[in-house]
Amino acid sequence: MEAMTSSRKAVVTLPTDEQILITREFDAPKDLVYKAWTTPELVQRWWTARRGAMKIAEIDLRVGGKWRYVMETEDGMEVGFHGEYREIVTNERIVSTEAYEGIPDPDANAALNTLTFTEADGRTTLSILVEHPNQEGRDMHINSGMEDGLQDALDLLEQVAVSLR
Amino acid sequence: MARAATTTDAFNAVAEPRRRQILDALADGERPVNELVALLGLAQPQVSKHLRVLLKVGAVEVRREGRQRLYRLNGQALKPIHDWVKSYERSWSERFEEMDVVLAELKQQQEDEGDGSDDE
Repeated sequence: MEAMTSSRKAVVTLPTDEQILITREFDAPKDLVYKAWTTPELVQRWWTARRGAMKIAEIDLRVGGKWRYVMETEDGMEVGFHGEYREIVTNERIVSTEAYEGIPDPDANAALNTLTFTEADGRTTLSILVEHPNQEGRDMHINSGMEDGLQDALDLLEQVAVSLR
Repeated sequence: MARAATTTDAFNAVAEPRRRQILDALADGERPVNELVALLGLAQPQVSKHLRVLLKVGAVEVRREGRQRLYRLNGQALKPIHDWVKSYERSWSERFEEMDVVLAELKQQQEDEGDGSDDE
């Protein structure tokens, strides 16, 4: 089981003070990765990473269209994000804003996300470049990951993934 | 989230781009101040000021050799930053593992359609 997941870890780097770069390879062609990323019913199945229930997954996939994701954590807290699509190249690239609704003035502090889907030999590398207006925003964003570390949940995910193969 | 003062917090100590340049330069090995001055193109007092901050949080250590003071990187002091990024990375890894499940299904659907077969 370890071998299956260890080769597919997300890699996070901090190219500049304002940026976060997340990359990950998927064992699927890019049109499917794009589909999983942009179809509300599918996003609902992976976005929370089993840390809660997805209450809202709205995607209006066109330039100027809005998106909004809201999840409810196990202790009843609602966590919401929203943004606007700025650029869309089907199966290739999505540029959108991302505002975390848990901070004052979310839209003024929104990050700009650039997603790139690159396929080679039927496998797709997804890269997500998150650009915050300033370093403070970037650091807060990364800090939100500190509440995690749910090894039990991780183990559960692996079992589910294996059972579906 | 409130942060500690620059001089007591590794995060803030490395937030300054010049200080990160110094850490990068020291990643290759020990260097005296004059080498750092040449590499960074800054005046010595500025480099010394940055080194004092890095020394205070333990990101850099110094030893005397003859009349020279040699500075070196102490990676252990930067571990909180490494851990900070790793935790974020882990949460994305978990999310992507869920996506793998969805993708495996989509692939299966596509194959079924390609075969012209109908499982139902």
